[in-house]
Amino acid sequence: MPIAYIPRTRELYSAYAPYRWVVNEEPPPWTPLRKLLAQCKVALMSSGGVLYRDQPRFHREDASYRLIPRNANRADLSIWHFGYPTKDAEQDPNCVFPLERMREFEAEGRIGELCDPAFTFMGGVYSARKVREELAPKIVEELRRRRVEALYLVPA
Amino acid sequence: MCHQSVGLIARVVEAAGIPTLCMTSAYDITQAVNPPRAVFVDYPLGHQTGKPDDLDNQRAIIGDALNAFETISKPGTIVRLPYVWDPNDRRWEETDYMPGFRLPRPKKDAADLAEQERRRRYRVANPG
Repeated sequence: MPIAYIPRTRELYSAYAPYRWVVNEEPPPWTPLRKLLAQCKVALMSSGGVLYRDQPRFHREDASYRLIPRNANRADLSIWHFGYPTKDAEQDPNCVFPLERMREFEAEGRIGELCDPAFTFMGGVYSARKVREELAPKIVEELRRRRVEALYLVPA
Repeated sequence: MCHQSVGLIARVVEAAGIPTLCMTSAYDITQAVNPPRAVFVDYPLGHQTGKPDDLDNQRAIIGDALNAFETISKPGTIVRLPYVWDPNDRRWEETDYMPGFRLPRPKKDAADLAEQERRRRYRVANPG
C-alpha cells in the first residue's frame, strides 16, 4: 500500500492549520504525444532543489527556477531543499534529477534529443497560486522557445 | 509539496500543448492534483528515479516511465511500477513522515554559511 502522505503530514504538522492540498476533480488537460520519444526533443525538470555550481540557493516560498547545463557533471550539482531527506540525492543527484540517465537514453536513441538546459526548482512551495501563475507560465515559455516536445517531471 | 507543485506545472504545460509525464512516490497527493500522466514508484521520498548509484535500478524505473509516457492514453492515469525499496526492511513505510520524523532544517546562519562555502568552492574551481 502506498503511504498516505496527506493524513501523515496533517498529523506531523498538527501544530499548524491543516494545509489545503489542491484537489482537481475535473479531468486534466491533455495533449497527445504524436511521435515516439525517439523522435522528440525531451526536457527534464526536477523539483528537488538542484543547483549548478554557484547558482543562488532557493528560499522559503521561492517560485524561481534554475537552468542546469545538460552536460553538468555530478560535482557541479548540489541540493538545496528542506522538504525531503536529501542525503541520497546529495550523494547521487540522479535519484531526483536523472540527468546522466537521460543523456544515456539520448545516446542510445531512446529519446530523440535531450533539451539543453534542464530545469530545476525547489518544489516545497505552499502557494499553489504562485506555482501555477508565476512559475509554470515561465516554464512554458522556456520550453516553447526551445521547441521542446515532451516534458519529463520528477518531484522529490 | 513537491508532488503538488510538479502536478500543477504538468497541467499548465500540457494545457499549453506540450505532453508531460510526472514521476511520483506520493500516490495520494498526485491523485489529488491529477496531472495528465504519472508513474508511481513506491520508494521513500527523494528517490523518485531510483536508488543512489544503482544504475540498473535507475535505468529500469526511467525506462518504464518513458514507456508509460508513450502508452498512457487516458488523461489522469497513474501507472504503478512493481519495484520494492527493500523487501527485507519495510520500516520506512511505518516511520516516514510520522510523528518524530525529522527533516534537516538548518538555522538561517548555518544555511548562509553553507551557501558561502558552496560559492567559494566553485569560485576556486572556476577562477574568473
